[in-house]
Amino acid sequence: MNNKVIIVEKLTKIFNGFTAVDGISFEVEKGEIFGFLGANGAGKTTAMKMLCGLSMPTSGKAIIAGFDVYRENESIKKNIGYMSQKFSLYEDLTIKENIRFYAGIYGIEPKVIKTKTALLIEQLSLEKEANMLVKQLPLGWKQKLAFSVAIFHDPQIVFLDEPTGGVDPITRRDFWNMIYEAAAKGITVFVTTHYMDEAEYCDRVSIMVDGQIDAMDTPGNLKRLFQAESMDHVFLQIARKAKRAE
Amino acid sequence: MSPLKYILQKEFKQIFRDPAIIRVIFILPIIQLIVLPMAADYEIKNINIAIVDRDHSTSSGRLVHTITSSGYFRLVDYSSNFNQAMQGVDNDKADLILELPQGFESDLYARKETRVFLAVNAINGVKANLGATYLRTIIQNYNNDFRVAVLTPGRFNDLPVIETTSSNWYNPKMNYTFFMVPGILVLLITMIALNLSAINIVREKEIGTIEQINVTPIKKVHFILGKLIPFWILGLVVITIGFLISWLVYGIIPLGSYLTIYLFAAVYLLVILGLGLLISTYAENQQQSMLISFFLLMIFVLMGGLYTSIDSMPEWAQWVTKFNPVAYFIEVMRRVVLKGSGLKDIRQPMLIMLGFALVINYWAVLSYRKRS
Repeated sequence: MNNKVIIVEKLTKIFNGFTAVDGISFEVEKGEIFGFLGANGAGKTTAMKMLCGLSMPTSGKAIIAGFDVYRENESIKKNIGYMSQKFSLYEDLTIKENIRFYAGIYGIEPKVIKTKTALLIEQLSLEKEANMLVKQLPLGWKQKLAFSVAIFHDPQIVFLDEPTGGVDPITRRDFWNMIYEAAAKGITVFVTTHYMDEAEYCDRVSIMVDGQIDAMDTPGNLKRLFQAESMDHVFLQIARKAKRAE
Repeated sequence: MSPLKYILQKEFKQIFRDPAIIRVIFILPIIQLIVLPMAADYEIKNINIAIVDRDHSTSSGRLVHTITSSGYFRLVDYSSNFNQAMQGVDNDKADLILELPQGFESDLYARKETRVFLAVNAINGVKANLGATYLRTIIQNYNNDFRVAVLTPGRFNDLPVIETTSSNWYNPKMNYTFFMVPGILVLLITMIALNLSAINIVREKEIGTIEQINVTPIKKVHFILGKLIPFWILGLVVITIGFLISWLVYGIIPLGSYLTIYLFAAVYLLVILGLGLLISTYAENQQQSMLISFFLLMIFVLMGGLYTSIDSMPEWAQWVTKFNPVAYFIEVMRRVVLKGSGLKDIRQPMLIMLGFALVINYWAVLSYRKRS
């Protein structure tokens, strides 16, 4: 029980009669990389937003990092990081200023911010660009930076919504190395993606169809179950059942 | 350390990196305060008059001369044909027609009485009204002069005449710039403050950063204060620039103290900025928030007492102005600048403004939802 950082039971979200998320249940363990797959419009982002406290569930239960999504929303926020589909650093601020701002509102001590920022910039080899406006950076670097900012305050869980959309294969590989490093430090990673090769990197994946979770297991087990040679085939078999229009 | 500090730092950096905002803050006040007061002159000159003179006598000639030399009228047509003059009105070339009847002079001498006819083009109501009033005054003066010159003093004394001499308190020369400029300054800071704050949060919604903010444990009050304080300071800077221009260009120095105005302005800005943030939390995109703030500004300006007097509005409209912060500030501004009112004199509007500020900002904090 103590190792379960995400516990979701029959979580549902209905928008004006449209059931975007239809009673999903799952658990994620500490340090796990959990892939949350599904076609466009399957309800992944909505489900993730409920877990992050951005969207109020219609019904069901969700305990994130030991806190209830209904009552302890703000406590959850101290313990999670989030990176959305949309790039969400300030383009008119520099790399350093962005880090400083987000670290500051998480209440990190100024001294700690300073040393950690220096360390991070060194790790990302962005020493030369540290005082450049973020809008001048190429997309791949921006994404890596956004991820680093999302885990700067050492959250228990980080939620990543299609973090590698539009990024080249090399940067994607770098990005996944960063995810592995984070997981090695004990940060649970909850990630949505459309790239099935990325799904193979996950410890466990779930596949959502029309607001419900249709399959959930390790990539290896799923491939055996569906007699497929890759996650791509597994996904195609499941996602084709979708009736909802995109 | 408070997260507020980091929010403020970020907001200030963003403001100073946006050249459009800097331009709005410095150039807008200069242009508005120099150009607008000239256009907002209430005195009407260049009223086009067509005179139909059927008499062609010395007296009618003298009256025509008095009218044209007054400086308010421009003679566009002088004939003895009313239809021709009417055509001038139809073509929008003439605003007024004055018809002097045949026998104007002889009637004046013989019957001691004559009638002139005045037709007004009321398409432009203000011009028509003022033009007719000016003309009536001129004719009356002419009438008096005529009586003095022609009638025997003995008979004239039988008719008592009341003459009014007026003195203009608080603005002895009736200088309209003293009246208009402080009011325009109020509109100016209202416009800048409302627009800047109304597009601020909604812009973060559009670029998506609001989601990143909402997923942090930031307190709603901190977030709203972080948005409010920078624009509040900018608002006070704009007022200062405005006063500088009023002094340099128009020689306006408030009779009362600047401190009184700044204190009121400080509270007033909280109201306007709170309103902008409120719009910003409800709007989905910048177009929506611009439209709403434009709509509010129109009402604020037209019911603010700058261009139209509140006292002459119907009762329901006067009630509406009681909820118009602009009306309070224009009133306070004029009282302090022209009359020298102090803090004690403006206590009531000050308290009302404080009430507005509390309600609106509390509302803005409530309506800002981190979770949808």
